Parts: sequence; structure tokens; C-alpha cells
Amino acid sequence: MSLAVLQRAKELLGDTIKSTHSYRGDDTLVVDAAAIVEVMRLLKDEVGMDFLVDLTCVDYLGREPRFEVVYHLRSMKTGERLRVKAPLDEPEDGSNPALDSVVPLWAGANWFEREVWDLYGIRFHNHPDLRRILMYEEFVGHPLRKDYPKERRQPLVRRDPNE
Amino acid sequence: MAEAKKLVLGVQEPEDQSEYDREFSDDDELPTEPMTLNMGPSHPAMHGTVRIILTVEGETVKSGDVQVGYLHRCFEKEAEHATWTQVFPYTDRLNYVSPMLNNVGYALAVEKLLGVVERIPERAQYIRVIVGELSRITDHLTATAAGAMELGAMTIFFWCIKGREWIYELLEELSGARLTHSYVRVGGVAYDLTPNFADKVQALFPKLEKILKDVGDTTLELSFFRDRMDGTGVISRERAIQYGWTGPALRSTGIPYDVRKDHPYLVYDRFDFEVPVGSKGDNFDRFIVRIEEIRQSMKILAQAFAQIAPGKVVLDDPRIILPPKQEVYNSIEGMIGHFKLIVDGIKVPPGEVYSYTEGGNGELGFYIVSDGTGRPYKCRVRPPCFCIVSALPELIKDRPLADIVPTFDMMNMIGGECDR
Repeated sequence: MSLAVLQRAKELLGDTIKSTHSYRGDDTLVVDAAAIVEVMRLLKDEVGMDFLVDLTCVDYLGREPRFEVVYHLRSMKTGERLRVKAPLDEPEDGSNPALDSVVPLWAGANWFEREVWDLYGIRFHNHPDLRRILMYEEFVGHPLRKDYPKERRQPLVRRDPNE
Repeated sequence: MAEAKKLVLGVQEPEDQSEYDREFSDDDELPTEPMTLNMGPSHPAMHGTVRIILTVEGETVKSGDVQVGYLHRCFEKEAEHATWTQVFPYTDRLNYVSPMLNNVGYALAVEKLLGVVERIPERAQYIRVIVGELSRITDHLTATAAGAMELGAMTIFFWCIKGREWIYELLEELSGARLTHSYVRVGGVAYDLTPNFADKVQALFPKLEKILKDVGDTTLELSFFRDRMDGTGVISRERAIQYGWTGPALRSTGIPYDVRKDHPYLVYDRFDFEVPVGSKGDNFDRFIVRIEEIRQSMKILAQAFAQIAPGKVVLDDPRIILPPKQEVYNSIEGMIGHFKLIVDGIKVPPGEVYSYTEGGNGELGFYIVSDGTGRPYKCRVRPPCFCIVSALPELIKDRPLADIVPTFDMMNMIGGECDR
């Protein structure tokens, strides 16, 4: 049943799909990060994957591309599920990698994307309020990156708001 | 990065100073200015550590900035440095009013990646259902208790907490810990049920039913309770789906999505139970959906005790399960096997899976990535109440200040799960 979703998505999305695979019953689409909003819109409206279950990121340090933003979708009508992955490389100039926000499609993506920004340092264009969410505002760095040492301590020093 | 907002507490001066100099007559409404109020992180009417920066105009909330994260303890970072088995104690502390459900959810995710889900002994699957449903009852009892208490119905709080304590005592007898059970293992459960466990649980049913009836009867008649719960915190089906709501909160809007029914795992397809739904999507619906779900959990428990058969409680696979102590102390193979599993951890094949179960608050998902070593490469938990709380700013906007308390309560935000 779930293969049907992959099939429909493949026909609909064509070249934006880089690869697909199924493992342990989970179907995965790997798509072009630049086209993520368009892909998500089509999957939501045309394929019926109308529920954003989860949004997270994985840091494959030492691999090209380094990051993968991972979306989990579900169809409320049929119960089918799909994983969409958008590989993302670090820009050469050392700035934060970025892709478009899916908040216009799902309001629930707001906090998920803030969390990914907070913990992995991935920027989301057109996000209404991209602030840290789990860590405090003064925190330096992004703790879930593989090159952030687990032992590093950062005492919380409050800035004077009037400075 | 968005610029850090400046936090200015107290009355803000209006830009137009002439408002101060105006003459007022008795017919005028009292002028109000937007005021910034700080609710939390420790507020007597908010269980859980969360901070809401409110802009209020009189009694009406104009906007609320909900700030979570006070209970962040780096669940993922710690998990990436622990063996697969060592993650169980961390999962206990996710939703700490239903630790067993987290244990089961995580174990199922690792087993899915190992490809052994079908081989888990049937008795272990039944035991997981039993402890999971007991945990669901404690979760819902806590949510209803705290919700009622914060609206002033202290008696209901004591009734529910008393019922929760009975179950905690049984789970303590089973696992040795009142709250942080760490009872489930990859491949089964740590040990078999204690003698007469089924009788002890079933002896609780009439007492729990009495509590539920009392709570139901009382809350239906308590006018201050109904006034503050009925028609407050209303969310439409579309918005609930937009925000990724699951569990009792989503079912209060009338959508009967329950992972146990829609994607049966363990042996849930063998039980006869209903999925209660609400109609209006308000706080009272969320309250009674939880009360009814406790009844359904008891129904599942009764069937599980009737169906459970004797047998093994762990998978028979030395690559996953620790050898019996007898072998560890008396044979070289046993000792090496024990040593390898403790030091290196279970070897999970490289790959990624997303596994989901019905937690206390909704779909509890684990997205785990393995690189073939004994430690998770990534261990992400999809916290159901994180999504639910993210809708709080929308639900309290343009509503009276007093509505925040019931709306927040019925979201059942559990700091450990939301902030991880």
C-alpha cells in the first residue's frame, strides 16, 4: 500500500527526486533541498500527505552533503506514511546552511524549525520567528552538531538588556 | 537570527501623552493600556516549568510568547554517547507520568531497526501492553487531577492522585522503582510479572471505576469548573491537524486517530476497545476524553490478563539479550557475551527507522539512525506535547487571562517530554 505513495510521488515530482528507498517498511524520498516547499506543497495537496508528523535534522559529519533535514508525513485519510529527506551542504564561506521554511503549509513546523535552528544551526528562510527554543538566547553554537563536544560547559551569563 | 526582544515589564507608557491629560466622566470606560505580564517559569497555576510573556489589555490577552526549554537535559546528545540499552533510563524521564510507554516506544524502535519485532515472545508483548496501559491510566489521572486542582477542585485532585498511587505501587513492585522504571529491554522486558499481579491490578478496577464515576459526576455539576472548561481553548479540526496534534487533544476535536487502532503494534489488534472522541474541541472535551480513555485502558487490561499465556519474556538471542547470571559467572562464553553487550552495546545494523506508538499525549515517535556501532548515531524523539503546546499562543489570543490555566492544563504539557 505504501509503495503506492512512493509511486505517485515519483510520477508527480519527477526530477526533484534524487533517490527513493524503502527500508524496514519506511518509505523515503530524497529530494532537492532548494525545491522543498514546492515538493511539500505537492505532497500535501496532490498526494494527500496532509499531516506533518515530525521535522528534524541529522548531522553526518565528514560526509558530503553534511546535513539532512528529515520530514515525516502522514495521510490522515489513508494512514500512509512517507519520509522526505533534504540533503544540505555547508556553504563554503562558513555561514549556516539554509533552506525554505514549510510554516506556510503547516503551522506545527514553526517550533520544529526553531528547534532545528537551535540545535543544528540550519536557517529557514521565511520563518516568522526564528529564535532559539530549547537553549537560552545567549548560548553559543549548536549543541547537536557532531563537532560540538558533549563535555563543553557554558555558564549562563545574562546580558544587560539595556546594553 | 531574529533580534532578541527586549523584555519590558509593567505598564507601558502610551505614545500619545494627551491620553493622560484628558478629562474623564463617569460614563467613560476605564482606559486600558497594553501591559506586559510575565507568567512563569514558576507559577502556582501552571504545573510544569514554562514561561509565557503576555501582553494583556485589561483582562484580554493580546499576545502570548510561550517559552519552553527550562527542562532541557540534552536527551539526544546524551543518547548519542550511550549504548542502545543505556538510553532506557533517559526515556523514563521523557514523559515522567507514563514512563513505561516511553520505554516500550523506544524498545520497539530499536527492535524495528534490528528487524526482530515479529520474534518478540508473545508473553513479553502482552506484558508491554499491560504496563503500558497502566502507565496510560496514571498519565490521564495526572492530567485530569492537575487540571481540576488548578481550577480549584482540590478534592478531585486527591481522588485521582490516590488512584495513581495505587498503580505506582504495583509498578514499583514490578520494577523496583516508583517512577523511573526502566523495565523494558530491547528484545523483551527485564523480568516476568510478579505473582498475583493480574489479581492485584484487577482488584483496583472497581476502586478506579468509583473514582472515575465520582470525578465525572462531580465535574458535570461543578458550575465554576464547567464555566471555565466549556467552550474555552476551542480548536478546529483543521488547525489541530495543522499543528500536528495527536492523542486525546486531537480526539477532542472528533478525529478518531489513535495509533493503537490505526497502526496496531504489539498485540493491540486482538483487543476490543473504543476510541472516545469529543465534538467541540474545547477543554471540557479533552477532560472527558481522558476520563473515558481510562475506562478503555481498563477494558484492554482485563482482556490482556485473560489472554496472556505463560512463556519466555525475552527474545532468545545472545547478540541482544544478556546471558543469565548463572552462565556469566560459570562459563567463559557467558562472561564474554555479557562483557561485550555491556561495553560495546547491541550491534544494530546501519540504517534509519521511524517507529511510533500511542503515548500518553499522542503519537510518541522515535526516529533513530544507526551507523552499525553499539551506540545510536541519532536518537530523536517526537514529543507529542511539544506540538500541542506550540498551538498555545493561538488558543489564548483574544481570550480572557483566566482561560490560560484550563487551556494549558488540558494540553497536559509534561516538561520532560516537551523540552527533552
